[in-house]
Amino acid sequence: MSALRAAPPPDPDGTLGVVLDAVGTVSIVLGAVLTLVASVGLLSLPDVLSRMHAATKPQVLGLLLVVIGGALHLRTSVDVWMLVLVGAFQLVTAPVTAHVVGRLAHRGDGVRSDLLHVDELVDSADETDPGPDSPETDEDGDDGAEGRGDRAGAGSAHRPQRAAGRSRDGRNGSSPGGSLDSGE
Amino acid sequence: MSSLPALLDTVLGVVLVVLGLSAALVAVRLLRGPSGLDRLVALDVLVAEFLVGLVVYIALTGDSSLVPVVVAISLVGFLGSTTVARFVRRGTGR
Repeated sequence: MSALRAAPPPDPDGTLGVVLDAVGTVSIVLGAVLTLVASVGLLSLPDVLSRMHAATKPQVLGLLLVVIGGALHLRTSVDVWMLVLVGAFQLVTAPVTAHVVGRLAHRGDGVRSDLLHVDELVDSADETDPGPDSPETDEDGDDGAEGRGDRAGAGSAHRPQRAAGRSRDGRNGSSPGGSLDSGE
Repeated sequence: MSSLPALLDTVLGVVLVVLGLSAALVAVRLLRGPSGLDRLVALDVLVAEFLVGLVVYIALTGDSSLVPVVVAISLVGFLGSTTVARFVRRGTGR
């Protein structure tokens, strides 16, 4: 048992080393296939949000698979921990960029609104969007749709004051997360 | 059993070629993206693919001296794309 536990560092061409190399190579191949699929999707998807959906694959899942494969190839303590650090950094920093890019895409014309079922960030919900929130708060908030009316009322009770406060232009100057760039 | 490591090295070489192909596809989107945000997303994917290629190269050669480079590029790529997102917003004025 002690000989088997001391086996991987002295002879890297042992059976366990070859098996770990094979598993790491399979993981790397899976990550590379995800990267290729994401590149094809980045070319063929219609708008910015869809392309962000495709772009997340090599950023998070593909990179994690490849990092796991590289760690299985290296098998040294320092290198494995640094590759774990790479995966952790990527998991932390990918949503930050995704939030900023998605918010800017919704403000500009990066979103094709005919492809969306629900647009929760639209600000003037009464004339442009016949969505689930505005008719129920006005007409029938009593029967059946109590939970939806309550939720929609809570959502639209804050928006008109805020929209009246900081509407820069008519369509998209006053989304509820407007403090994301007007703060600085 | 003796030919399996050579086979694995060949597979890693093929993976590097596949990564180069997908980077070329992403570069097409980067060059003809309609808006700046498309180019920004494509550039982010290009950075991620560069990281993937570095890790595959490390796994291919066993050269572990490039691992801090991977850590550094992971951080710097995030900062660059977030900053460029801000300039995209100000530049188009939308």
